[in-house]
Amino acid sequence: MDIQSCVEVRNEWDIVSARQLGRNMAKELGFGNVDQARITTAISELARNIYLYAGRGKICIEPIDQLGKKGLRIIALDNGPGIREIRKVMEDGYTTSGGLGAGLPGVKRLMDEFSIESTVDVGTEISATKWLR
Amino acid sequence: MQGKLDNLIVQMINENQETLKNNWLNEVNIFKEKELAGAITTLKLSEEIDQQFFELLIKHINYHDISKDGTLDQFFDQVLHTGLPLRYLTQGLQAARRVILNLLVETESDKEKLAAVYREIDRWLDPILNRVVENSSQIWERTVSIQKTALLELSAPLIPVFQNISVMPLIGSIDTERAKLIMENLLNGVIKYRSEVVLIDITGVPVVDTMVAHHIIQAADAVRLLGSTCILVGIRPEIAQTIVSLGIDLSQFPTKSTLQKGMENALEITNQQLISNK
Ligand SMILES: Nc1ncnc2c1ncn2[C@@H]1O[C@H](COP(=O)(O)OP(=O)(O)OP(=O)(O)O)[C@@H](O)[C@H]1O
Ligand SMILES: [Mg+2]
Repeated sequence: MDIQSCVEVRNEWDIVSARQLGRNMAKELGFGNVDQARITTAISELARNIYLYAGRGKICIEPIDQLGKKGLRIIALDNGPGIREIRKVMEDGYTTSGGLGAGLPGVKRLMDEFSIESTVDVGTEISATKWLR
Repeated sequence: MQGKLDNLIVQMINENQETLKNNWLNEVNIFKEKELAGAITTLKLSEEIDQQFFELLIKHINYHDISKDGTLDQFFDQVLHTGLPLRYLTQGLQAARRVILNLLVETESDKEKLAAVYREIDRWLDPILNRVVENSSQIWERTVSIQKTALLELSAPLIPVFQNISVMPLIGSIDTERAKLIMENLLNGVIKYRSEVVLIDITGVPVVDTMVAHHIIQAADAVRLLGSTCILVGIRPEIAQTIVSLGIDLSQFPTKSTLQKGMENALEITNQQLISNK
């Protein structure tokens, strides 16, 4: 089962659409209230980063089923400026925009698996998974 | 001459008005049955509108200028306000093009002349079509902008409840524009109502991410600078957990789980008491 759904992120309203999509899919997969909140919050962080730092990109959400282990994966893609120092942005409090700098480390804690790939001037791809327990 | 039909064509149309009208009504009815079946109440209304529509078109065939006397614009406005879809107008105009062309094709066999007729009809009809689309998008834009203003007015109200105590209930997603409004209304309200305590109720906020948290923290800090206290209430359990996971520290702010508990706290701070007189 890999029916992926994507939302283009170009403005703040798209962030709300991406969250809505994530919430609906999480609900359908059987995630509870707390995990739904974690997933939508993670989507919100990733989508807002795309809007703020890359200008545009997309959020894709897919249900996963690996040998009966079910979950949901969020993929955030953009062709923005990329991230020079990945280690730094994963530290709590690191921000280049006067934010809290809590977004990316927060997403990592909200979800079960987290990976980030970024090339300067090429773009960023972040993927985060939550398993159904 | 833009928007003005060749005299011979006009004459032909005028002479065959009845036939054209019947053919046109047929086409429009087929469209209405197929496409507008859902809008039953407006359908009944629209037979009268059909007649009016066709008569106006015929009338404007004799005019140079589509905005002449404004009746066409008025009609479009009226139709769109009745709730009939834009499709009704565009399909009606396309149907007019078809029935007129059919008639002319029957009576004219010269290819050159036919091509000229097609061009003539397009030149007459296209400005009308454009006008319809323009009118409709204007109505749409106006509606959206009115709703937006209405929504913004509702989006961050500060309500004085007791002496020196105000509440700001937040419902729905918070974007940058709304966050700005929250700050403004909070600070203006604190001064206007001399609030010693403001309660921000986030029960209705679906997602509290870092951006929302940041704005709330800033707003609470600003309230504190004015010498007042800001209490955050309505933090649902799942929101409390995500806030902790995000690593956001709210320990320096008074928080209460419910508005009621927050209100009790606020009364305490302002040395007030609710007395029941049973
Ligand atoms: N998609 C991206 N493209 C380029 N740079 C990014 C992207 N996402 C994050 N960054 C960089 O990583 C930094 C840290 O991001 P993070 O989301 O953790 O914090 P923030 O956005 O600055 O603040 P917060 O999310 O707490 O409001 C950002 O300030 C930005 O410089
Ligand atoms: Mg961020």
